[in-house]
Amino acid sequence: MTDAHAWHVLFGNIDAHSWAFVRAWDNPTVSEVIAAVAAAIVVIAAAALGALTTALGKWRYLWMEWFTSLDPKKIAIMYVLIAFVMLFRAVIEGVLMRAQQAVAVNSPGFVSPEHFAQLFSTHGTIMVFFMAMPFIAGLFNYIVPLQIGARDVAFPLLNSISLWLTAGAAALLMASLVVGKFSTGGWTGYPPYTELGFSPGVGPDYWIWAVTLGSIGSNLTGLNVFVTIYKMRAPGMHLMRMPLFCWTALCTAILMIFAMPPLTVATALLALDRYLGYHFFTNDLGGNMMNYANLFWLFGHPEVYILILPAFGVYSEVVSTFSSKALYGYTSLAVATGAIAVLSFTVWVHHFFTMGQSADINGAFGIATMAIAVPTGVKIYDWIWTMFCGEVRFSVPMLYSLAFMVTFVLGGFSGIILAMPPLDFQVHNTVFIVAHFHNMLIPGVLYGLLAGYHFWFPKAFGFRLNERWGRIAWACWVAGFFLTFMPLYVLGLSGMVRRAQEVFEPAFRPWLFVSFGGASLLLCALVALLVQLWVSIRERADNQVFVGDPWDGRGLEWSLSAPPPEYAYAVVPVVHGRDTFFEAKRNLNARPPPERYADIALPRNSAAGVLIGISAAAAAFGLVWHIWWLAILGFTAIWAAVIGRSFARAVYRIVPAAAVERTEARWRHAIGDALPVSRACETTSANRGLARAPS
Amino acid sequence: MSADELGHVGSTLGERAVFGFWVFLMSDAVIFALLFATYGSLLDATAGGPTPAALFRIGDSLIETWLLLSSSFTFGMASIAMKYGNARENVGPLLAWSAVTVVLGLSFTGMELHDALTLFQQGAYPSRSGYLSVLFALVPFHGLHVVGGSIWLIVVMVQLLTFGRDVRVNMNMLRLGLFWHFLGIVWVAIFSVVYLQGLIR
Repeated sequence: MTDAHAWHVLFGNIDAHSWAFVRAWDNPTVSEVIAAVAAAIVVIAAAALGALTTALGKWRYLWMEWFTSLDPKKIAIMYVLIAFVMLFRAVIEGVLMRAQQAVAVNSPGFVSPEHFAQLFSTHGTIMVFFMAMPFIAGLFNYIVPLQIGARDVAFPLLNSISLWLTAGAAALLMASLVVGKFSTGGWTGYPPYTELGFSPGVGPDYWIWAVTLGSIGSNLTGLNVFVTIYKMRAPGMHLMRMPLFCWTALCTAILMIFAMPPLTVATALLALDRYLGYHFFTNDLGGNMMNYANLFWLFGHPEVYILILPAFGVYSEVVSTFSSKALYGYTSLAVATGAIAVLSFTVWVHHFFTMGQSADINGAFGIATMAIAVPTGVKIYDWIWTMFCGEVRFSVPMLYSLAFMVTFVLGGFSGIILAMPPLDFQVHNTVFIVAHFHNMLIPGVLYGLLAGYHFWFPKAFGFRLNERWGRIAWACWVAGFFLTFMPLYVLGLSGMVRRAQEVFEPAFRPWLFVSFGGASLLLCALVALLVQLWVSIRERADNQVFVGDPWDGRGLEWSLSAPPPEYAYAVVPVVHGRDTFFEAKRNLNARPPPERYADIALPRNSAAGVLIGISAAAAAFGLVWHIWWLAILGFTAIWAAVIGRSFARAVYRIVPAAAVERTEARWRHAIGDALPVSRACETTSANRGLARAPS
Repeated sequence: MSADELGHVGSTLGERAVFGFWVFLMSDAVIFALLFATYGSLLDATAGGPTPAALFRIGDSLIETWLLLSSSFTFGMASIAMKYGNARENVGPLLAWSAVTVVLGLSFTGMELHDALTLFQQGAYPSRSGYLSVLFALVPFHGLHVVGGSIWLIVVMVQLLTFGRDVRVNMNMLRLGLFWHFLGIVWVAIFSVVYLQGLIR
């Protein structure tokens, strides 16, 4: 066996030039240096975190309290943490792209074409699969069980497995910065471009396996949320009494159950093409890439609603709470949510009107697309009517909701334009599309997630976030959005193609400058969020809301302490209608002390989820680099962990009644000590989490 | 403390487990449905290579069908043994029927493997054409399911010997039963869409 051969067996296709640092050393262009700096940030940040944890002696704590925990509230926080880390990377990539286009008018700029293509591929992949999806999974995990009066999700271990599959996939994406290159095929990874013939490197393989792991994790999350809502509601919590966020979670979960499999099929078949020489999507020997387009968008369009429906749920909660009014048109909102979920499966062809199907087919899908505007419009009106004559407080979540309503409607109008095939032919593949989907996804997903983050942060951590920095961040997100993406509508109508590394029309320059300015504001928004978190943690003593109801909330989640105890409900609540907790406050019977406490069984920690996530990521890394032993080892380890775990019997532990009573007594004591706060003062230090309920 | 006294309301652990598995099967069914759709769209994409009519020997796939459907029957017998077996420790009939099921399942996959090797020898391998690509995705994907189900059943048998029939073993058998019969149904679809249709093309 020669050395080269042994190397290949051990390390697959990895060689010196796989490393971003070596490439930058050999060829120190700005583009390569940027890549090396990004790689260095990943390596240094990982090493620093590891060193810090070791220095503080916190590994055991992290392992016992967080990594192996099956508590959905902790799993939720880890999900949101992943989302924020990935959001940082993807926003910076977005700003880099806008900077490149601003300087690349009749000039090559500073980012090479290949690097630019990696930037738009990772930006899209991360924002969809590793920012929005984990954030949504996090909100579901934290809020849904609390809102339906459950202590846990239906399958706690499966929940942990979903988290660690997502984390493993995100780690794979981070690894692609350091070793190798990411795909240049966009977030959709269209073949035949991503086939071996045109993309022989590891890029598409990184994309395939990261997306596949992420999609399996999301599929299992959907299953879990669905069964949780269907089977674990508290007595009296009929479906039509659930908070609207739970309705959107239910519909999203159903979409995840049916829409993630097509993505898995698409990526798996593409992998067969690339690894075993199959001909699903190749140009020759009977391959047909249209199958890929159909499979991908059969997932891709429902995915849009997987992302947007949870945000609709957040807005419903926020608008109702901060307007101090019951949600207007609850039934119509629930029905509209279901209608959107069903219709989302009937419109996928509008993502490729120009790819050769007949005008009749395009027409049918165009009409179906416009039909979705109807239930969406119903929702917008319902939120407006909820605010009407309400006592509206312009807190940060409410500001995001208002910005959403205005901005999202504008995006909807451009969607109606694109739904007409003849018009779509005019603007397809231009930055008009880029403007449109950012116009839907930034207000329709990001604002919603941030509104939820501000709204429920006090519930999860026991103190409110700083309002002032929240407003600054909000102003930057909103102004940044308009400045970045409105120029792209103009540019798109003028014919500027999307994904262009260089631009050859000097007239575009002013618009591109404005767009870059907006992108810089978006970066400021992100920094403001970080500053806000820092300031809030520093001033947390002044903003404690341990009693747990800082906003005069409506759902059951506000009836618990902040943060809630690990068992959530000492006694399972009985529900008598919508907004039970809100009504109970008015009847001065908000937190009735139970007659007696009982033992509570909670799932024990399990390392299985972590092992499965790490093994899956290792297997995926082995597949990317053709390190076959690692791939086989990882795959075997996954199933060994599954089978080994199936032999575990003592999977529950008991929280004794006495311990529950102690925890509850401490909280009830705090309630007794707290002064009720009026709505007008809810953003001051007077707010201890006990809302004054005007009767 | 039994798994049913966990302080959750509305449903027992067993109910949730079985319901959740139905939901999982829906996702799995979507995957099969899409592979069938892809199969349909690539039927004519033989690129001058072997066609279905030239390849299939219906006798072999008929035997495979009987093997798999018989295994569904024996699994049913195992389920009956589980339901009506009186003593918790009396796992004999359950083990026996499970063992027969595993043997039938593995014979089925063994025959499939043999079929595939025969096809390879005739120059019908997946990289030859789009049609053969999807043939060698749909059928082996089902075969892998059967292998996975067989391994699962062996694990359950070991658990039966270790723990007797406790709640978790029962839950495993219930879910595995759904899985196994689901694979039988999918095979009927494969037999009809792939092999029977192949006769006339």
